[in-house]
Amino acid sequence: MTHTASDAARGAATRGWAAYFGTHMRDYGLLFALIAIMAFFQAVTDGTLLRPVNITNLFLQNSYIIIMALGMLIVIVGGNIDLSVGSVMGFVGALAAVMIVEWGLPVGVTILLCLGAGILIGAAQGYWVAYWKIPSFIVTLAGMLVFRGASLWLLEGQSVGPFPRSFQALSTGFVPDLFGVDRPNVTALAVGVVAVMAILWMGLRKRARNRAYGIEDEPAAFFALRNAIIAGACLFLIWKLSTFRGLPNVLITMGVLTIVYAFLTEKTVLGRRIYALGGNAKAAKLSGIATERLAFLTFVNMGFLAALAGLVFAARLNTATPKAGFGMELDVIAAVFIGGASMSGGVGKIVGAVVGAFIMGVMNNGMSIMGIGIDYQQMIKGLVLLAAVIFDVYNKQKQG
Amino acid sequence: MATLLEMRGITKTFPGVRALDDVTFSVREGEIHALVGENGAGKSTLMKVLSGVYPHGTYEGDIVYDGEVMAFGGIADSERRGIIIIHQELALVPLLSIAENIFLGNERATAGVISWQETNARAQELLRKVGLREAPQTQVDRIGVGKQQLVEIAKALSKDVRLLILDEPTAALSESDSQALLDLILELKAQGVTSIIISHKLNEVRRVADSITVLRDGATVATRDARTEPVTEDRIVRDMVGRSMENRYPARTRRAGDVLFEVRNWNVTHPDHAERQVVRDVSLHVRRGEVVGIAGLMGAGRTELAMSVFGRSYGRNITGTVAVGGRTVDTSSVARAIGAGLAYVTEDRKELGLVLEESVQKNVTLANLPKVATGGVLRQEDETRVAEDYRRAMNIRTPSVFQQVMNLSGGNQQKVVLSKWLFAGPEVLILDEPTRGIDVGAKFEIYNIINDLSKDGKGVLMISSEMPELLGMCDRIYVMNEGAFVGELTAAEASQERIMSLIVTD
Repeated sequence: MTHTASDAARGAATRGWAAYFGTHMRDYGLLFALIAIMAFFQAVTDGTLLRPVNITNLFLQNSYIIIMALGMLIVIVGGNIDLSVGSVMGFVGALAAVMIVEWGLPVGVTILLCLGAGILIGAAQGYWVAYWKIPSFIVTLAGMLVFRGASLWLLEGQSVGPFPRSFQALSTGFVPDLFGVDRPNVTALAVGVVAVMAILWMGLRKRARNRAYGIEDEPAAFFALRNAIIAGACLFLIWKLSTFRGLPNVLITMGVLTIVYAFLTEKTVLGRRIYALGGNAKAAKLSGIATERLAFLTFVNMGFLAALAGLVFAARLNTATPKAGFGMELDVIAAVFIGGASMSGGVGKIVGAVVGAFIMGVMNNGMSIMGIGIDYQQMIKGLVLLAAVIFDVYNKQKQG
Repeated sequence: MATLLEMRGITKTFPGVRALDDVTFSVREGEIHALVGENGAGKSTLMKVLSGVYPHGTYEGDIVYDGEVMAFGGIADSERRGIIIIHQELALVPLLSIAENIFLGNERATAGVISWQETNARAQELLRKVGLREAPQTQVDRIGVGKQQLVEIAKALSKDVRLLILDEPTAALSESDSQALLDLILELKAQGVTSIIISHKLNEVRRVADSITVLRDGATVATRDARTEPVTEDRIVRDMVGRSMENRYPARTRRAGDVLFEVRNWNVTHPDHAERQVVRDVSLHVRRGEVVGIAGLMGAGRTELAMSVFGRSYGRNITGTVAVGGRTVDTSSVARAIGAGLAYVTEDRKELGLVLEESVQKNVTLANLPKVATGGVLRQEDETRVAEDYRRAMNIRTPSVFQQVMNLSGGNQQKVVLSKWLFAGPEVLILDEPTRGIDVGAKFEIYNIINDLSKDGKGVLMISSEMPELLGMCDRIYVMNEGAFVGELTAAEASQERIMSLIVTD
């Protein structure tokens, strides 16, 4: 068996661009897929896709999916799944509507209570999964039914709204231009430029670190090209946003959450332990990791994010409907798997889940603009999900 | 009597290991032939070659069965010729009925539609033959292990068995169940069924076997005919273990200090069957700088003892006390056991020791992440430095510490597991089969690491099924059998014969 290690070493030395691309196909594939899909819809919708108003719309439409995908990724990396998020999202939206519209509670108090309710819901489900070892599929399937019913009951089958402006601002508000120019929105541009610089700086730092440790390096041309595309795309989107109404509040929320969760999963003890839990729960437990508590916390976090998504969703529609969130869990789970997570746990990245959600979002949006019926949309989305997973498995077999 | 089976010059290699080396093995028609040897001697491998688990072409040598050279491509081929193997771990589906299990894969059906009348009637018949009075519709998990073993034999009979291979059939059985099983094998012999029986229990071998073949280190040592010459247990034991001990074990200056680790009156029952006591009133101690072994056969309860001590990771109704450095410590969770200075290096590194899809680095730091973190945030430079240090110190052969551990060889994976536990900073290390499945060179490196630990004043408790390894490495050896310690030998007193006789005469 000793020959495997030395073979790998020899292989790494002689490996060229093509081979590097082969082994990292998944990382590039996702990015290129998103770009290709955007280019395709940009072409077939005669440029409607990337109009400033539509880009803004894209962010607003997908914000709650992305917020929930962050939590779902962590749940799935931990080796579980949560089918209840759509229903919980709808329920929390209904709760907010009842609190504000019917009980007249202040917006701030309502938001805190709703987030608290989400945490409790997550804890209630996580308890059975983590400490009683009941399969998460079953517990959260039950949760899905329970909270669907609970939304109906809470709203008595009616839509409840509208919300005060301060609540709507959660979703449809925009960051005002601090520089007072407004068209283009200079604040948005400034934030965009800073973000792009931060991305480039972190990329360079990681590259320097890799080099210091002699890890197989991304060819310089690849690095430059990849970062140029990312930077270009970011700047392009930001420019478009700035010529419309600037930065949507929810984009800031999403951005901050994405950074926080990416940091949490990649750089902290907690994150590392969640990956170990999903990768090999028995080994993690024998390494002194409190695997039950950890699994429990992934559900608590999921409840919190589902509640936040519920608030954003209700604020966007400006009303809470009993049907809100139906089937949404499937979009969220699809986004996570398109983003490269593994059903068996232990594998997946926050950034992947976010890109996966955007791929789904752009397809939804593009097909709607084209006037493709919901029937075809569903079929196409299903096939894309299957293709993404087949691509993953194929890549793995080729390497294995 | 005619020769039914002859295996000639069988050689089987796995990467880095020669499991069988020019083995010759022949069985006469109608006899019961016992195959004995230490764990790892190659008995099971030989039987897997015979039954087609390792298909023709993956080994060298010839199998001559019933006068013809055989080229089995799989189990189905050997079964068609009436060669049926019953593995040590029973292959029954617990939630199906006895009858369904007997005809699994061989269903009594017409055009895919099962005839339950025929299934149950034929099952009934077969059950009578093996002396079972259970209804064929009884679910298999409702009957005891002994009866399940009989169901396996009924299943073999349903396939018109000519040569029945039983791999340690009585290992998990009680005394009376074992007797019943051996009687049945004798009865089958009277009906003309030839049997090969692999067993560690030499008294049973003596009772039923007509011939005895001893394997050692993948080679045939001797075949003795029990009908023409009396074969004593002593004779068999000497055949089994009589090997030259070269310098396979690095020398160490032995210097035992104060008592460091002590377990008193430890009792554990099986997690699912509260009436089965897996560890019985075990007491042991390890001094600073001492390497103490626990010898015993598979299933003696050694791993269960170790895992129950380490954070109650096995069993229930655990009683007894653990002390480290003279102070009684709480080891009721893995985190507490680690905190008390214990480390347990598992026998099953892939299932219980490693996160295979993660890198070497992430595995090394897993048991002590706070040491490379500030306020819960990992210091990645430090983490990499730690992993690099262990890579050098333990000579882990990997292109980089960022390599996934699943791409490493067994020996290097084992070094990663050891690194993980050394990084946790323990005082006492429990090593469970630390050299299982790794090649000779890597074994030597692991022995050196163990010696270094002892030099640093750590206590090492080592479980091993390879007796030479225990004799070569340990200052003291406890012998365990059926959940209890049945003897304690110092390095000077210990020999393979003494350990073996403590086990078989218990």
